[in-house]
Order: sequence, then structure tokens, then C-alpha cells
Amino acid sequence: MSEVRYTKDHEYVRVDGDTGTVGITDYAQKTLGDVVFVELPEVGKAFVSGEQAAVVESVKAASEVYAPVSGAVVAVNSALETSPGAVNEDATGAGWFFRIKLANAGELGGLMDESAYQAFLKTLD
Amino acid sequence: MTEPVEATPAGLERTPLHALHVSLGAKMVPFAGYDMPVQYPTGVLAEHLHTRSDAGLFDVSHMGQAFLLGPDHETTARALEALCPAEILGLGRGKQRYTQLLNAEGGIIDDLMATRSCNPAEDGALLLIVNAACKVQDFSHIEARLPPSVKLLRAPHRALVALQGPKAGAVLARHAPAVLDMTFMSAVSTKFDGLDCHISRSGYTGEDGFEISIKANLVERMARALLAEPEVKPIGFGARDSLRLEAGLCLYGHDIDATTSPVEAALVWSLGKRRRAEGCFPGAARVQRELTEGAARLRVGIQPEGRAPAREGTEITDRDGGRIGVVTSGGFGPSMNGPLAMGYVDAAFAEIGMSVMLVVRGKPLPGQIVRMPFVPNGYRRTSSGAPT
Repeated sequence: MSEVRYTKDHEYVRVDGDTGTVGITDYAQKTLGDVVFVELPEVGKAFVSGEQAAVVESVKAASEVYAPVSGAVVAVNSALETSPGAVNEDATGAGWFFRIKLANAGELGGLMDESAYQAFLKTLD
Repeated sequence: MTEPVEATPAGLERTPLHALHVSLGAKMVPFAGYDMPVQYPTGVLAEHLHTRSDAGLFDVSHMGQAFLLGPDHETTARALEALCPAEILGLGRGKQRYTQLLNAEGGIIDDLMATRSCNPAEDGALLLIVNAACKVQDFSHIEARLPPSVKLLRAPHRALVALQGPKAGAVLARHAPAVLDMTFMSAVSTKFDGLDCHISRSGYTGEDGFEISIKANLVERMARALLAEPEVKPIGFGARDSLRLEAGLCLYGHDIDATTSPVEAALVWSLGKRRRAEGCFPGAARVQRELTEGAARLRVGIQPEGRAPAREGTEITDRDGGRIGVVTSGGFGPSMNGPLAMGYVDAAFAEIGMSVMLVVRGKPLPGQIVRMPFVPNGYRRTSSGAPT
């Protein structure tokens, strides 16, 4: 059973065992608008949490995507290279960005769970 | 519970269509001192494509409108020619021209549209439409340089909307039949469902289309009548920017500014033949020298080879990494389904087909200098209706 954690920058990480699947939330894709390009990290590259790991671009602007947890990239969603619109259609499913092998599972405790993230979104309106 | 009315950030102006934008669900953002719709719930991609396939309605009421009024066309035209390099004297009745206000160094203070009244009783009147962010300075600049017999009459109580796209003509003709006979860059004073307005066949999307100037208190009736047509959707500034970029058109403050000359900006087509020879406009010495000897840098279209957009400010280098220029507008072209950019490069690299590198987030990505527009335009240059 996977658990999902969120950052204040609207990245999510869905944790299965020692691996986390990272993407941007539905709120983030709605705010960005139509996604036209995603730049993904290289497999094998290691990030510390909070470090820029990817870029997502709408028609108007480019936004940075930060690694929600520390670790090395074990897979990327290369389908986004030809179908970046998947981020809009299914941000938390087919629109995932990359998978990361968690270097420190203790970092998850510093992220928001579903109810805390929903409460956080209410403060933004 | 009723929807709370969203507060406009302090100090921002509203156009007469502000309430309509909000009621249509627009995302409002600050633009040139106005609270303007960047997109509607449709989204930028779909709004862009709808304008290219059908017709889009744009609120451009924030732009500056003013009448230049003199005793006769020759006097008014010469007053404007003293500030701009276009042929205004030879502009026919009901004809429109694109030009630039130049500073003494030949740099562009603003770009604008000048339209000669179609009405012989209004001989000596020119309608000027300038950029929103520049309008206060533009009008002061013009006013300070007019001969005593020519006056500038600002028209802040007029709204301006653009109806753009291949179906714009058929739609507008249902309300203003006079538009059927119009060609690109011409204008008429006519009625829209009985309301007095001024319509030009022009715009800034590369499509056939119209700009309609009408009193502010009448514009919402007109906008609602147009939005009720099945072919028409409201379009925000996000799509306006991607449409004009695909059309290869300059955005003031980005692709042209007080340091760029019309020659550098590849706007030589807008310089009158007589004007080039005679000079007698601000910065003529520089413009004439660049026409003879060539400019050191030129505005060009650039096609990035991959999918990554090269945004404004992206450094352009040669194959060896030497800096040759900078991107001034860049992004994603929905009709091209790919990235596109324009910018300035050293003249030696300003040839179609030349290979360049675009440094995106520190990585050099290959690109090529290409002809503009990126997407063929749909202007109606003949009254037969065939695009040219």
C-alpha cells in the first residue's frame, strides 16, 4: 500500500517500499495551464531534497520542479517527451516525472500528508 | 452562497469589459497597468488553435487611442511624418499603416497604427493606436512636437476589441455588412447592429480579422453579440502572445525598444520609399546609414531543433560557443506544435538556414535561422476573399 506525501511547492512523492514516484499535483498543473514541454533528469543522477530536478513549461513560462526527497533517479517517464499534455490530463497518474530511490526515508516525515496538503491548498485561495 | 467578487490589485485599471471577462471565468493578471484576462477556462492552447481555425474575440481596450486633427490631410500627415518613418502623406482615405515613433538616435519609442479617416468631411484626421504601456509617454511626445494647426485628441472613452481568425469576416458581416468589401489594412466608419463604430481589417495574430473601436459604454453589447455567434470564443493574452509570435510580429519592450532601429528590427518594409531617400524623421541619419551599409545586428526567426522552448533572454551562440545574440521572444507555438523564437543576431549570422546554438539552462541546443512568419498569414489583401 503506497502513501503519498506533498511539498509546499506542489510536488508529490508516492512511496512504494524504498522507491518514490515524483510529479506535480493536480493543483500545480491547473495553475500552470497547458504543459508543452518537460525536461527530465538523467537516470542515475542523485539529488538532495529541495534541489531542482526537472523543468515543466507551459505555453507562457518555465517552472522548476524540486526533488521532494533525497536520492538517486532510477526511472524517468520518457513518454512526457512526446506527450507533455499527460501532466494536465493525469498529473498524479500517467503524468509522473521520475522515480527516485529514497536515500533517507526519515525525510518523508517532513512532508505533508493528503489531509495536511488539502488544508494547505485552502490557505492559498 | 454567491461567488465573492475578486478584488482587483490596487492601482490597476480596468477596461469596460472587465466584468464580462470575470463572468466568463477568465484568469485575470496585471498587464501594462491593467487587470487583463490572460486566459479563459478554455486554456491558452485551445484558444490559440480556435483563433487559427474559427474566430477569437480579444479585448484590447487598454491600448491608447487618439485622433490627430489638422486642417487637411497634408498638414496632419506631415506632422506625423516628422515623428515616424512611414509614408503617411500618400495614405489613401480609409487606409491604415503600421509605423514607429523614433527617437533622435533612430531607436523605437513605440510602434503604432495610423489610419486616415474614410470620410472626406474628416479630411485631416488620423486615428492613432499605440501600445498600452507607452500611451501616456507617446501622447506627450507627439503633442509636444505638433505644429500649431494640428491637435492631438486623446480618446480614453473608446474601447477596442479585435475579432481575429478565418471566420471573423463572415461573423462580423452579420452585424456590420460593410466589412465584406474591406481589404487588409483598410478601415470604415460604420454601424454594428446600429451602434456607431470604426472598423479596420487588421490585427496582431497573422490571421484575417478586424479591430473595432467603439464607445466604452457600447462595447459590452457588441462583445456579447459577437460571443453569441457559434464561431466566436473569448481569447486571452496568453494566446495573443503565441499567435503574434508565430506570425513573426514584434512585441514592444521585448523585440523592439528605444535602442533598436527599424532596420535592425527587420521592419524596413514599413519605411516609406520617399521617406528613406528624403530622411526628415528622427534618427534618419542612422536609419539611412544602416540601409546603405547594413545594420550590425538583425531581428531573425529561430527554429529550435528539439522540443525545449528557448525563452526571452536565452543566449544565442555560434557552433563554437561564441556569443552572437539573444532571444527577445520565445516559447511554444501551438499551431506549429513545437518551440519557436525570435531574437537579434550579428548580421553575419542573419541568413536563412544558418545554424546557431541556443543556451537553455546552461545547455547549448541546436537551432536554425528561419524565415518569418513561422505560420503562413491569412490576410485578405484582395476583395475576392482569397488569402494571399
